[in-house]
Amino acid sequence: MEEQSKKTKFITKDIMKSAVIGSFQKLDPRYMIKNPVMFVVEIGFFITLVLTVFPTIFGDEANLRVYNGIVTVILFVTILFANFAESVAEGRGKAQAETLKKTKKDTTAVLLMKDGSEKKISASELKKGDIVIVRTNEMIPGDGEVIEGIASVDESAITGESAPVTREAGGDFSSVTGGTTVVSDWLKVRITSDPGHSFLDKMISLVEGASRKKTPNEIALNILLISLTVIFLIVVVTLYCFADYSGVEIPVATLIALLVCLIPTTIGGLLSAIGIAGMDRVTRYNVIALSGKAVEACGDVDTMILDKTGTITYGNRLAADFIPVEGIKKEDLIDYAVMTSLSDATPEGKSVVELGKTMGTRMEESVADQVEFVEFTAQSKMSGVNLEDGTQIRKGAFDAIKKYVAAKGGKIPSDLEKIVTDISSLGGTPLVVCVENVIYGVIYLKDTVKPGLVERFERLREIGIKTIMCTGDNPLTAATIAKEAGVDGFIAECKPEDKIDEIKKEQGEGKIVAMTGDGTNDAPALAQADVGLAMNSGTSAAKEAANMVDLDSDPTKILEVVEIGKQLLITRGSLTTFSIANDAAKYFAIIPAMFTLVIPQMQVLNIMKLSTPFSAILSALIFNAIIIPCLIPIAMKGVKYKPMRSEKMLLKNMGIYGLGGIIVPFIGIKLIDIVVTPLLALLGL
Amino acid sequence: MLQIIITLAIYIALVIPVGNYMYHIATNRKTFADPVFNRIDRMMYKVCRIKGEGMTWKQYAISLLMTNAVMVFAGYFILRVQGILLANPNQIEGMEPTLSFNTIISFMTNTNLQHYAGESGLSYLSQMVVITFMMFTSAATGYAACMAFCRGITGNSKGVGNFYEDVIRITTRILLPFSIVIGILLIWQGVPQTLAGTATVETIEGRLQDIAMGPVAALESIKHLGTNGGGFFGANSSTPFENPTIISNLIELYSMMLLPGACVITFGKMAAERKKEKTGNAVAKIKRNVTCFGSQGRTIFAAMSILFLVGLTVCYLAEKSGNPLLAEAGLDQTVGNMEGKEVRFGVAQSALFTTTTTSFTTGTVNNMHDSLTPLGGMIPMLHMMLNCVFGGKGVGLMNMIMYVILAVFLCGLMIGRTPEYLNKKIEGKEMKLVAIVLIIHPLLILGFSALAVMTGAGQEGITNPGFHGLSQVLYEYASSAANNGSGFEGLADNTYFWNITTGLAMFFGRYIAMIAQLAIAGSFLAKRRVNETVGTLRTDNVLFVFILVFVVYIFAALTFFPALALGPIAEHLVLWMP
Repeated sequence: MEEQSKKTKFITKDIMKSAVIGSFQKLDPRYMIKNPVMFVVEIGFFITLVLTVFPTIFGDEANLRVYNGIVTVILFVTILFANFAESVAEGRGKAQAETLKKTKKDTTAVLLMKDGSEKKISASELKKGDIVIVRTNEMIPGDGEVIEGIASVDESAITGESAPVTREAGGDFSSVTGGTTVVSDWLKVRITSDPGHSFLDKMISLVEGASRKKTPNEIALNILLISLTVIFLIVVVTLYCFADYSGVEIPVATLIALLVCLIPTTIGGLLSAIGIAGMDRVTRYNVIALSGKAVEACGDVDTMILDKTGTITYGNRLAADFIPVEGIKKEDLIDYAVMTSLSDATPEGKSVVELGKTMGTRMEESVADQVEFVEFTAQSKMSGVNLEDGTQIRKGAFDAIKKYVAAKGGKIPSDLEKIVTDISSLGGTPLVVCVENVIYGVIYLKDTVKPGLVERFERLREIGIKTIMCTGDNPLTAATIAKEAGVDGFIAECKPEDKIDEIKKEQGEGKIVAMTGDGTNDAPALAQADVGLAMNSGTSAAKEAANMVDLDSDPTKILEVVEIGKQLLITRGSLTTFSIANDAAKYFAIIPAMFTLVIPQMQVLNIMKLSTPFSAILSALIFNAIIIPCLIPIAMKGVKYKPMRSEKMLLKNMGIYGLGGIIVPFIGIKLIDIVVTPLLALLGL
Repeated sequence: MLQIIITLAIYIALVIPVGNYMYHIATNRKTFADPVFNRIDRMMYKVCRIKGEGMTWKQYAISLLMTNAVMVFAGYFILRVQGILLANPNQIEGMEPTLSFNTIISFMTNTNLQHYAGESGLSYLSQMVVITFMMFTSAATGYAACMAFCRGITGNSKGVGNFYEDVIRITTRILLPFSIVIGILLIWQGVPQTLAGTATVETIEGRLQDIAMGPVAALESIKHLGTNGGGFFGANSSTPFENPTIISNLIELYSMMLLPGACVITFGKMAAERKKEKTGNAVAKIKRNVTCFGSQGRTIFAAMSILFLVGLTVCYLAEKSGNPLLAEAGLDQTVGNMEGKEVRFGVAQSALFTTTTTSFTTGTVNNMHDSLTPLGGMIPMLHMMLNCVFGGKGVGLMNMIMYVILAVFLCGLMIGRTPEYLNKKIEGKEMKLVAIVLIIHPLLILGFSALAVMTGAGQEGITNPGFHGLSQVLYEYASSAANNGSGFEGLADNTYFWNITTGLAMFFGRYIAMIAQLAIAGSFLAKRRVNETVGTLRTDNVLFVFILVFVVYIFAALTFFPALALGPIAEHLVLWMP
C-alpha cells in the first residue's frame, strides 16, 4: 500500500482523515441497512456486545466473557473496514469535487432585461431562458447557448486544457459552460439550466457520489449477496438446533462468528466502493458519466461508431511519401522538399521535414538560416524558399505550380498528371515540388491514422468489439483509411441520418452500440446509441443527448471508457467469486472447532492444524476482517485488464480469484492462528 | 466396478435417441409414430375442447396448478373412502386424514414418499386410480413444466406452449407407450400383474404365509419411468415381486435414468435450434452439432455426469469397505457392507441404484438406505440436497439451469460483461427468482429438520440415537423437499407431525420452485436478444463445465455441510476412529 500511495496518490492524508471519520459515521444502523450484508454483521456485533456484558444471557457458560469480547471487537473492526472502503472511495471522489467546487464561486451575472436594459444579479438567481451578457474577463454564470457574438473562452477550469477555445453563435461551437471565463470579446448567452442543475452541479454531485444510484447489475449482484446471507442465516440457526440435539453446546458468539465468516462480507463491504471507484476512474480520464449505468453498459459494447476525422485520424494532412517524376532521383526530390519546409511551421511542413529525415535527407537544419522563406498565401497557393543565388524552390498545389513553371518556360513532365490524380483518388493531397522551372516530383500528403490505433482496433476485435468508421469522404478515400486503420467497416459520404440508421441496424441485431459526437446533428444518434460520448466542445444539444461527456473533447477516449467499464465489471465479479470461494476454508476452520469437544474425531477435518478451537474461530474471523482492507487497493484501482479472448480471460480470473479464493484463506488463517495462539494463551483461552 | 461402467455406457447409447424423440415432441416436429398418435390426440383435444393456443407463463402456471389441485381433491376423496369402493379384495379401510394428505401431496408432487405400506394401506382401486394414475400425471406435469421452461429460455416460440396439449402429448407419446413396453418386460422377468387378492400358501415349515400380490408390473414401469419411486409394497424394489432379477434391476435403472437425461438433450437441441434460426445460412454447419447433443445441453449433461460419478464413486467405495465394527467382531467384510442389501444385487448394483434413485430423484430403493454406511448414506442425501444431478421429471434440469445462471452471473462479470445466458441478459428480476429457488430448498430441509429435532412430536419418530438419528431426519426432509420420496426408513413417520411437515415440504418444494422457474422462462422470453461475439461468455466448453460443478458444490454442498458434519460425517468418524 505504501508503494501505491506514492505512485498514484492512492490515499492522501486528507482522504485518510475524512475516511476514518466517515467509517465511524456510517455505523448508524439507519445507514447500514442499505447494505444488508454488513447490517447483519452489525446486528451480530450488538448481540456479542450484550454477551460481553452479560455472558449468560442466552444460556452460555459464564467464563466466555473474554472470548465474547474479542469476537465483538473483531466484528466492530470488520464493519469499520467495510465503511472505510466506501469512505475512501467517496473521499477520492470528493477530492475531485472540491477542485470543481472552487470554480463554482458565486459570480454576478449581467442579466439582459426584455426592454434592453442590463441588471446585475447573483448567478444563483438565474433561471432557464434568461439572457445574459458576458464581457472580457468575466465568468460565464451558467450553462447556456451563445445567441450572439464571438469570443475566446478559457475552459481550463473544467477541462484542464489551458488554450482558450472559440465560442460563437450558431453552429457546433455555441454551447458554453458555467464557470468558464471569457478572455476576449463578448457573448450574449441564453441560460439553459436552472440553478443547481447546471452541468457543473451535476458533475460535482456525480463525482461526490451523492446522487449515485445502484446500477442494474449492482442490484442483481446485491440480490445474490442477500440471498446468500439468508441461506447462511438458515444454516447457522438450524445448526444451533442440530447441535443442541446432538449434545454439542455452541456458544452464541461462535455461531455469530460462523455466520459472519460465511456471509459474503468481503464483497458486501467493497461493493459500493467498487462502483464509486469505477465512476471515479472514468472521471480521472476527464470523462463525466451522467449515470453509472452508462459505464456499466460500456462493458457490453459490441459496436463502436467512430468519426474518421479527429477520432481515427488527426484531420491534418501529413506527408506520407515522396514520388519523383521520371528522370529525377528520389533523394534530390526529398532534399528540395525538405528545404522548402525547414521554416514552414504548418503541420504539413513539419511533417515533410520529419518524413524527409526518416528517409535520410542530406539537408541540414542550418540551411534554413541561409535561405529566404516564402510563405504560403491564398493567392499564390504555394510556399517555398529563395536561395542566396536567386534560385526559387517552390511547393504547392498542382495547378499553381503548373502555372508557375509554364510562366518560367518549363515543361510539365508527362507522368505528373497521373501521379497527381492517383494521389487524389486515394484521398490524399499532392504537393508538387519544383526548382525554378523544373518539376521534381510530388509530396504525398495524406490523412494519418493516429499512432497506436491499429493495435487498439486489433485488440478490440479480439474482445469482440466491431469498429465502424464514419466519414464524409468519398468511398475510395474512406476505404483507404479504413484499411490502414484496420476498422471493420466504414460508411462513406456519411450524413448524420446514416449514423442513426447504422446504430438502429446494429441494435436490431441485439448489439450494444457506442458512439462519439459533438454536433447538434449528432444528438439524435447520441441519444439512440447505448453509450453516447459527447465532446465538451460540442453543442449542449449533443451533451444533453449523450450519457457521457468528455471534457478534453478527445473522441478516442471512448476506447478507454469501454475498458474502464469492463474493468469495473471484472472487479466486481472477481471479488464476489473470491469472497464466496473463501467459505470453503472458513468451514474447515470453524466446523471442527465447534464440534471437537464432543466429537474428538472431528479433528480430522482440522486440516490446517489450528491450535485450539478458540484460536481457529478467531483466526477465521480475523482473516474475514482484514481481507477487506487488503482488497481495498484492488477495489479502487480495479482488477488489471488486458483485452484477450473471453475464455482466456475467464480462465485467468477464475484461476486467480476462484482458485486463489479457495487457497489464500487456508494460508491466511493458518498464519493468523500462529500469531494469535500465544496471545490467546495469555488471556487464558 | 466393470458392471457399473458397462451399465452407464449402455445408458449413454439409450439416452441419445430418446432425447432426440423428446425434442421432436417438445417442438411439435414430425415423428414416425405421428399417424397413430395424432388421431388419439385430436380426439382428446376435441373432447376436452383444447385449442392449443400458446400461453403466457402465468397462464401456464395457473393451468398447471388448477389441474393438479383437481387431481389432489379427487385423489384425497378416494383414499378416504377406499374401504367402501370397488376392487378391494383385501378389505382395506379408508385412510386416516393426515396420512391421506401426506400421500396425496406425495404422489401429486411426484415425490412418492410413503408413510404407509402399500400391501396393507391401499386397496387395488387406490393403487390403480390414485397411485398409478398420479404417477403418470405428476410426471407429465413435471415434463410439461420443463418443456415450457426450455421453450421460454431458449426463446424459440412466442409463448411457453400450451399446458394441456403438453400433458396429453407427453402422456400419449412418451409415458404410455414406454411404460407398456417396460411393464411387459417386467412381467417377463416375473413381476406379478393381477387383480386377485393376497395368496395364502403353506410354507415348508407347515405354517401359513400371506403372499401380497396385485397389479404390480403396471405400477412398477411408470414408477421408474416417471421417476416416481413409490413402491406397490412397503419394501419397494428390494422385494422379489417388484424387482426379481438383475435384468429387471437394470430395466428399472434405465427406465428411471432415461427421461431426465433425455430432457437435457432436448434442451440442448432446442438451444441449438435457437442459433440455427438466427444465423439462417449457417444451418449446415450447426446441423452437425444438432444431431447428437446440442452444445449447451452437452455442457449441462457433462456437469451432471461429473457430479453423479463423484457421488457414485464415494458411495461405492464406502459400501465396498464395509463396517469396521463387524469386521472386528469376526464377520467377513470382503464383499462390503451387505446389511440391508439383497444378495442378488450385491454392493455394486446397490450403490449404483442408490445413487441413481436419489440423483434422478426417483425414490425407489433396491436396498435399505438406513443400513448404508455413513458416507454411503450421505451421498443419496447430498444428491437430494443438490437436487440437480439430472434430477427427476425435468425438474432437475430446471434446477441445474438455476446454477448455470448463477455461474454465468459470476463468470460473465469476470470477463467484463454484464451476465447473459442464451443471448439474454440476466438482471435483477431473474436473480430474484433464482434466489427464491435457491433459498427455498435449504429452508425446507434445514428448517423442518430443526423443527423436528427441537420438538417432542418430531423426536418421537426418530428411532436411532445420536448422529444417525439426525441423518434420518435430514434424509426424510431432503427426500421430501427434493420430491424424491425414498425413505431412510427406520423413521416412525406415520404420525401427525411427520405426515403434515413432510407434506408441506413436498408441496412447497415442488410448486414454489416450479412457479419461480416458469417465471424465469417468461422473463427470458420477454427479453431482447443480445448479440453474440467472441467477447461473449461461452457456456458450451469444458471450462464452463468445471465452473458449473464448482458452483454447485460451493453453493449447495457448503450450505448443507454443517448439518452433514453433525450427521453422517460425525457418524463415519466415530465409526472408523474409535
